Amino acid sequence: MAQVTAVAEARPSSHRFRRARSRIPVWHLTWLVLAALVFLVPIYSVVQFSLAGIGPGQSPFHWYLTVFDDPMFRASFWLSIQISLETVAVSLVLMVPTVFWVHLRLPGLRAVMDLISILPFVVPPIVLVVGLLPFLKNITWLFVRPEVLSLIYVVFALPFLYRALDAGLRAIDLRTLVDAAESLGARMPRTLLRVILPNLRAAIIGGSLLTIAIAMGEYTVASLLEFNTFSVYTYTVGTSTAYEGVALSFISFIFVWGAMLALYLLGRGGRGAAAVAITDYK
Amino acid sequence: MALGELGTQSAVRAGSAPRKRSRSRWWALLGMLPFFAYISIFLLIPTGELIVGAFRTQAGAFTLSNISDIFHAPYPQAFEFSLELSALSALMGGGLGFLVANAVLHHGVPRFVRPAFISFSGMAANFAGVPLGFAYIATLGTLGVVTTLLQHLGLFIYPAFSLQGLFGCALVYMYFQLPLMILLMIPVIEGLRREWRESASNLGASSFEFWRYVGLPVITPSLLGLMVLLFGNAFSAYATAQTLGVSSLVTIDIANLINGDITFDPQDAYALALAMIVIIVITIVVYALLQRRASRWLR
Repeated sequence: MAQVTAVAEARPSSHRFRRARSRIPVWHLTWLVLAALVFLVPIYSVVQFSLAGIGPGQSPFHWYLTVFDDPMFRASFWLSIQISLETVAVSLVLMVPTVFWVHLRLPGLRAVMDLISILPFVVPPIVLVVGLLPFLKNITWLFVRPEVLSLIYVVFALPFLYRALDAGLRAIDLRTLVDAAESLGARMPRTLLRVILPNLRAAIIGGSLLTIAIAMGEYTVASLLEFNTFSVYTYTVGTSTAYEGVALSFISFIFVWGAMLALYLLGRGGRGAAAVAITDYK
Repeated sequence: MALGELGTQSAVRAGSAPRKRSRSRWWALLGMLPFFAYISIFLLIPTGELIVGAFRTQAGAFTLSNISDIFHAPYPQAFEFSLELSALSALMGGGLGFLVANAVLHHGVPRFVRPAFISFSGMAANFAGVPLGFAYIATLGTLGVVTTLLQHLGLFIYPAFSLQGLFGCALVYMYFQLPLMILLMIPVIEGLRREWRESASNLGASSFEFWRYVGLPVITPSLLGLMVLLFGNAFSAYATAQTLGVSSLVTIDIANLINGDITFDPQDAYALALAMIVIIVITIVVYALLQRRASRWLR
């Protein structure tokens, strides 16, 4: 009997057999429910809390409206968006040709690239900023511009963009594409732009979304370099009025959720997103 | 392969191949210049500066006093809290994450559960830092929704519990540790071959016996490895703890040393940062060793 069911199980088409035999054990259900609670209770609480503590006659969305009315909210949000987009732009210009080049001409350097791509994990933001600060303080013109954050975030995004591009390039027959383009008379920049880039679209979009998520949420470096990005603003507002801080948290939750949903819809799903989590911009 | 073939072909044609090839190799390396320059300026040189700085006085002379400062108050306390917090959150997140990953893969689970858990984990693993801190202040802070709810039920968790305490903080960290563990553990459990499970059950093993004698022994290196990874993940966290108002944590001490007016002491910051690097390198080496061991059985 056991053998028969085992054979039935091996074939994915025979659902009826599988359903009939395997009811979920209670303890499995317990863990699933517990995890769902861990995930959902804070979100529920954020929504509840951000709608609470409101005086009579005020809108239930009072805290959201207060925040939206604050010119600093808009300023910091746009600053973060701007920094994120600059980070993506610099990262792509730096990484796409580099990873392409390694795959095409210097496959021996792959091991070196792999090693470099774990370095940002070894040197978390708080540590990197300690080493960078004396150096940056000497370059005053750069130190006072928010663009400096983008230049630093490129380093944090590197592991994820590298892994996305590396996987993307592994999946295509690079040699053949380049040879074909060459034999049709295309030079290298044109090949890269017109042949390779379209083939890497999914990897580039995926890597860019992860980069945006990192740059939007980063707090450590932004606060220590004293730029009023969205997360620094959230912190400042929240420590004086918790309700507003929680409302802002919900807004960034929606933002992260949107970015990850886009990533999931791209079909890369869990694994691409898992990569992000290993960053330490927490 | 193709590259090698092309190389020999052109060698036959050109005659003076070795020199040409090595020259083109140098040209190829030149293409890496922008990347290596960037990484040097923004990652390698600052890290080097920091390591050297840990052994220097403000004036630049060699000293070991920064390093010895690590062992004097208040830093040992901060290290203790950081290490305990990282370990506890790795155990909690790792333990539950393993159980959840295993439950999600059970074939009796309705079909929508698995993609729902995976995509939600991807989201939750990225919901960290300042917003996460405030989310838990809204949940389990003194005025939090759950705190108030429990009060109505006659259960007063304060002052025994606090979000700045070890358990409270570890609970908050669960929000990014648990989903990370779920995402990384699912492929590991999927790697347990169906045949093993079937052979075990054909030989009359119960589900418990399968895990006791086959599943766990095979999976243990991966399980430990991922917990070590979670440990490192929690160890370098800063923003979440700062938002919660934790007072004694290595990352927070470093921030105060380079930022504060009274506490300003970059030399000690170098030493603490170096200590963090050493601890993280140890976790990565342990992780890599466990991964190598894990790959013996798992695809």
